[in-house]
Amino acid sequence: MQTTGKPLIEMKHITKEFPGVKALSDVSIDIRPGEVHALVGENGAGKSTIIKILMGVYSKTSGDIYINGEKQDIKSPLHAQALGLGAVYQDVNLAQDLSVAENFFMGQLLTNKLGFVDHARMNKETRETLESIDVHVDPTAIIRTLSVAQQEMVTIGKIMHQNAKVVIFDEPTALLTNDETEQLFGIIDKLKKEGAGIIYISHRMEEIFNICDKATVLKDGTFVQTVNTKDTTEDELIAMMVGREVGNMYDIEHMTPGETVLKVDRISRGNAFRDVSFEVKKGEIFGMFGLVGSGRTEIVRSIFGADVKDCGTVTFLGKPADFTKPSQGIEASIALLPENRKEQGLALKLSVADNTNIVALHKISKAGIVSNKKGIAVAEEYCEKLKTKTPSVSQLVQNLSGGNQQKVVISKWLAQGSELFIFDEPTVGVDVGAKMEIYKLFESLIKEGKTLIIISSYLPEAMGLSDRLLVMYEGKQMGIIPRDEYDDEKILRLASGIEEKES
Amino acid sequence: MEENNKVVEKKKGMVLFKKGFKTEMLLVLILAILFIFFSIASPVFFKVDTLMKLLKQASIYGIIAIGMVYVITSSGIDLSVGSVVGLSGVIVSMAMTSGWGIVPATLIALVASALVGMFNGVLIFNANVPPFIATLSSMTIVRNMILLITGAKTISGLPEAFTGIASGSILGVPNLFLCWLAIILISLFISKKTIFGRNMYAYGSNKEAARLSGINTRMTVYGVYVYSAVLCGIAGILLTSRLGNGVPTSGDGYEVDAIAAAVVGGASMDGGVGSVIGTVLGATIMAMLRQGGTLLGINSFIMEIIISSLIAVAVIIDMLRKRGK
Repeated sequence: MQTTGKPLIEMKHITKEFPGVKALSDVSIDIRPGEVHALVGENGAGKSTIIKILMGVYSKTSGDIYINGEKQDIKSPLHAQALGLGAVYQDVNLAQDLSVAENFFMGQLLTNKLGFVDHARMNKETRETLESIDVHVDPTAIIRTLSVAQQEMVTIGKIMHQNAKVVIFDEPTALLTNDETEQLFGIIDKLKKEGAGIIYISHRMEEIFNICDKATVLKDGTFVQTVNTKDTTEDELIAMMVGREVGNMYDIEHMTPGETVLKVDRISRGNAFRDVSFEVKKGEIFGMFGLVGSGRTEIVRSIFGADVKDCGTVTFLGKPADFTKPSQGIEASIALLPENRKEQGLALKLSVADNTNIVALHKISKAGIVSNKKGIAVAEEYCEKLKTKTPSVSQLVQNLSGGNQQKVVISKWLAQGSELFIFDEPTVGVDVGAKMEIYKLFESLIKEGKTLIIISSYLPEAMGLSDRLLVMYEGKQMGIIPRDEYDDEKILRLASGIEEKES
Repeated sequence: MEENNKVVEKKKGMVLFKKGFKTEMLLVLILAILFIFFSIASPVFFKVDTLMKLLKQASIYGIIAIGMVYVITSSGIDLSVGSVVGLSGVIVSMAMTSGWGIVPATLIALVASALVGMFNGVLIFNANVPPFIATLSSMTIVRNMILLITGAKTISGLPEAFTGIASGSILGVPNLFLCWLAIILISLFISKKTIFGRNMYAYGSNKEAARLSGINTRMTVYGVYVYSAVLCGIAGILLTSRLGNGVPTSGDGYEVDAIAAAVVGGASMDGGVGSVIGTVLGATIMAMLRQGGTLLGINSFIMEIIISSLIAVAVIIDMLRKRGK
């Protein structure tokens, strides 16, 4: 390994102030060639601020940045690109209606002698770059038709094509399946061997220990420590991030399940899932595990009424519950906390109070007239109960961090007073501290006699929290495993469609 | 030197772009500046007559703009407003000239307007036609229907009791303005205090989240377009009363003013953000510019160019404020 070379990037004493807030204070980091450098910290610790300063999105308030030993003032994203910096963000940044090759050459389309766009040459170069990282995507394919993983690989290819010397990955695996994650790690390894510097942001600890050489820990905008990953442990790293020792996060009290509340009998919907049956008991945490696209989300959406299933029956609290509209599910006291909270869970431009009361508006209204005073009181009550960090309940939700946004989504269903809570990927993009608080909340919900269905793509979380686990593979129900038979290898095999559970 | 300039720039920006400095306050400030400017520049501006005329002029545009801000808040747009103004004016005129009383004539005009709103709502919600296209099409359909039923002829001979509505006043306050005031208060109440109003903001901010939260999205969409159309119906009746005739081309181009007032008033074309008060101030600023410009003898084409530029300026300011955050 050649991690001893001269730093590609040195950030020295970087401080960034926003009006009234110090987002970063005296943070120094350097990235060397052939090094995968993790940036870890809770949401709001300042990871994305650093990235945005590097990529020319924000300008720093003070401090110096050296690139290849030369002092640089990064003025714009274009400038950052010219300096050899590239970033792969969580939400893909490609023109959805253009082809792969057109995205590769955006802003610098190749032309032939007559000055017209030379598609043939662009397609050829694109194919070469993509094949060099083992990505097999047709350069003429329209981005919209590609899977999320393919789009992410295309983004990486685009950055490599720009000859980036430093590549930043911001939560790159959040939407990838296991195989795709492996492929991504292969690409990162290749970049590393070619001497590129890599900055890697992830909330998933095992990834950091798997592929990163170093980790820089940030907390509340300040630098904590840079450590070699082989000299530390997961627990130590988490302790540095939150500033205290953390026990087993998943260690919550479970209830003895009561009578059956939800009975799902042989439901199917198109290609999404077929012939799925299970029962959930009162006070239970019923887990659903499977890779992205395995049909978990679609099943719960059909139960809730967000999608309409083709056949099969659902019974909830002893009554038929074949819903065709979300409002029916809500009336039957089912709550769905969707996978993508920004796109499906929240009205970002509205306040915390408005979002908290969005479902249960009728509860704070009389004859169709809303009492804003009551609405604020309800919102304040749940902010306190869930320890939501917000200056006030009139703050716009878009200004909150991921964990606090998720708490607002939870609040709106608590305000409605649901019996069955379906959490679809409740902790994606949520930091460790907020995660633990959300798990504690699960505990208090089942203690109150509520029932939970939790979907997770993260196996330790799925196994750690649930009483039983339904495993899905490509729309097919692979088995329901009780807690005392949990075995991560077996579950992963099932989720990959390898082995059918007997009995 | 350069450093110094930057600091100064920042400070100058502070007041305008500071958090908590609301669009409404900025608009009141602009309104006050314009008011003082015109009062000094023109000797006749600061007179009861002129101001009453200004209010009358602002009222009809202002009523339409309030409907528009509802639609924009729900992340839609209504290009058919001008045609609905024309439709309602022509229907109320035709009803009265064929012997109907003022009240039934008014009601039938409002029902016809509401039907256009419903048509928009069905196209947009049920058929999934983008609002711009749906209302562009209904704008043209309605306008040509008006021309067809009237033979493009002005309808005259309206009863004096009807034409007197727009010119009349109560305790010196013009009736037109009183109508507007009533609509402002009702619309403010609906947007802030009713379930429908709150749902309109939620739906405009995020349709899918609204649906998954059990919000009746169908009624929200129908509601805003019908409300917009009914307000246009009222505006059309008042305009006809003011003109003294049913004019088939009346209301043409009003959508531009309505959109301008809403956007100047702080509404976001992405939906989820819109203010009744802001819109009222926006409409008043535009009316004041027109009135003041006329008094100062500014070429009316130049005046229209200035007023139309306001939309762009408002959006630029809005973008700068967002970036400032």
